[in-house]
Amino acid sequence: MDLGFIFSSAAGELFSPTTAAYALAALGLAVHFGYSGLLNFGQAGFMAVGAYGFAISTLTFGVPFFIGLLIAVVCSAIFALLLGIPTLRLRADYLAIVTIAAAEIVRYIVTTNQLTSVTGSANGLAAFEAGFYSMNPFPEGSYFGMNNRDFFIRVVGWGLVIICCTLVWLLMRSPWGRVLKGIREDENAVRSLGKNVYAYKMQALVIGGVLGALAGMVFTLPRGAVQPANYGTELTFFLYTCLLLGGLGTVLGPVVGAMIFWVVLSLTQGILYGLIESDAVTWLNTVQAGQLRYILVGVALMLLMIFRPQGVFGNKKELAFA
Amino acid sequence: MRSTPRGLSHRRRGGLLKTLGAVFAAVVAILLVVAPASQATTPSPTPSPSNQQFQNSISGFLRDDARAPIADVTITAKSGDFTGTAKSGANGSWTIGVPVQGTYEVELDESTLPEGIKLAEGQENPRTVTFSQTSNLSVIFAFGKGIVVQQQDFGQNLLNRLVAGLSFGLLLALASVGLSLIFGTTGLTNFAHGEMVTFGAVLVFVFNAMSLPFWLAIVLALLGGGLFGYVQDAGLWKPLRRRGTGLVPMMIVSIGLALAVRYVIQFYFGGATQQLPYAQSAEIQIGPVSISPNNLWSLIISAIVIALIGIILLKTRLGKATRAVADNPALAAASGIDVDNVIRIVWVAGGMLASLGGILWAYYRPGVTFDMGSQILLLIFAGVTLGGLGTVFGALIGSVIVGIFVELTTVFGLAADLKYVGALFIMIVVLLFRPQGILGRRERVG
Repeated sequence: MDLGFIFSSAAGELFSPTTAAYALAALGLAVHFGYSGLLNFGQAGFMAVGAYGFAISTLTFGVPFFIGLLIAVVCSAIFALLLGIPTLRLRADYLAIVTIAAAEIVRYIVTTNQLTSVTGSANGLAAFEAGFYSMNPFPEGSYFGMNNRDFFIRVVGWGLVIICCTLVWLLMRSPWGRVLKGIREDENAVRSLGKNVYAYKMQALVIGGVLGALAGMVFTLPRGAVQPANYGTELTFFLYTCLLLGGLGTVLGPVVGAMIFWVVLSLTQGILYGLIESDAVTWLNTVQAGQLRYILVGVALMLLMIFRPQGVFGNKKELAFA
Repeated sequence: MRSTPRGLSHRRRGGLLKTLGAVFAAVVAILLVVAPASQATTPSPTPSPSNQQFQNSISGFLRDDARAPIADVTITAKSGDFTGTAKSGANGSWTIGVPVQGTYEVELDESTLPEGIKLAEGQENPRTVTFSQTSNLSVIFAFGKGIVVQQQDFGQNLLNRLVAGLSFGLLLALASVGLSLIFGTTGLTNFAHGEMVTFGAVLVFVFNAMSLPFWLAIVLALLGGGLFGYVQDAGLWKPLRRRGTGLVPMMIVSIGLALAVRYVIQFYFGGATQQLPYAQSAEIQIGPVSISPNNLWSLIISAIVIALIGIILLKTRLGKATRAVADNPALAAASGIDVDNVIRIVWVAGGMLASLGGILWAYYRPGVTFDMGSQILLLIFAGVTLGGLGTVFGALIGSVIVGIFVELTTVFGLAADLKYVGALFIMIVVLLFRPQGILGRRERVG
């Protein structure tokens, strides 16, 4: 078992583009759930809308990169409005069920064979990233052991994470953010102060959704492909695990949570595979080792919620629930 | 339905390994003999590629509906300039070597089919196939032995789908009534309910594999489902209620539980689809409706069980107590009802109902998989929400509507892979106009 390799690949996960995507999407969930108390179980749907919005506008309509980006963001904002209109007046669990259903509707629609020419059905879409990499300012060469493409996507992904974190931080310490936190604590009290609770919730839903769409693009660009199977309900649950690991009502929580999530997943995989290869563990095969990691995620989510709902950074007083 | 291709591919893989081994040995032998000679000649691309030259292959077995192999049928694979052909062997197997993994158009030459054998109705030919990461691609052609499929008229089809939808809706109702009872008494939206559904079907499969009698396997699975509900409540939910954990954290805990249980089941059960005994059955004709006996049994069993639950809830002391707890736990406790006991019974009953729903769902699909419950979890939620969260009879009506809707959308031209979309969409639309659901009361919505 090569411990050095296991640790270096786990450290590589710290700044991988996938971690950046998870951090962005979890930041969106922090805006929804952590700051506004909106139980959005459809973040995977927002990511899918972002990824497919970009891929389809690039491939089917041949628009340049930034127009594609804009289309993806607008699509996710519209998706948020569509979800918000029927549910934001209702209790939290209604929003949860409707958002998870809407995310599944998105996934079924991009999977169906009826739309293969547009969405590529189960195989998904590929080869839409050329416009992005053509903007690469880094000449070819080795950057910290990565080629210029890998380095570029990391710079963009984590740059986006930093910008979005700053924006969310500024928003949440503004008067607007204070109203949002007030809604989380006591909706009726805020309403009695003459604030339009519905409008504030809707704005929060749109902002978090746009973050989700950006995350979907960061997730899909380094892969060069977007496939519906990646956007199932499990993705949303993993994002919740990241969010709860870091801390709900915090800006850095989701980012650190995503890092911990991926480093731990990579470590457990490396160690389990190493043990299996060196025949130290014979009651497992590599497929089962993969499933064992999901079991661990589920158990971790339960234990976190029960014993440390505020996560690593969170403040127990800032929780969206009593 | 789904298991058949997988079962085939297992068998095929075994055969394929042998074939590949033989091909490999032949290639090595030829190379050893030809190597000195080929050095003299310049290698040129051969015009008609044979199977040995390529790493990638498209292959399959041709079998008619009685599972007898079909020999000497010509199959062609085309992609761009490349064309490869093969004839099926005596065991029905065919393999076409292809240069690159990509998308190919595979055509079966129907004129070479033996007398009386035809491609099944709706079987695409030529069909387009795409490699996905593996070096071999299995292609299945389905045959119907010269049977002319009768075109059903629209009304007939509608009636059949309606009955099938009723059967599906009632089995959904079994699960959603349990979910609704749990929600009503504890306020928990249980995302792990899908795993309770899977659990029942998996238990029947396990007990049946231990060669217990079929009826005993069913009874044990139902008891196991009830036990699962009891253990969940005693080990997890009751302590959480004692701690005063909020409803939203409990919902997230149930998501963690769902993930953990789903992958524990996959850990032991594997990712394959397995069949329960008597899963295959021919449709029978009852009056104007043709229905498979399994669906008919499912319909009858779930109707009886739901009627029983209705009687228990409305007529017995226990049912009254349950409704009282659902209405107002504090008031119920004050009037001398043992709330914890009622909740325990509700969890056990919910577990058994989910188990029964799972067994029936395994026959409806048909097949047992580790994620079969989470596939219908959202439909169960849709049924419960449609009827009104926390109302038991609402859950029943909502589920039947969802079941019938899912089956009927295919009659009205919606593609089969979109049939769940309609049900989820209708739930969202109903929430727009009647957020409390069909039977819900206004004040519950908040």
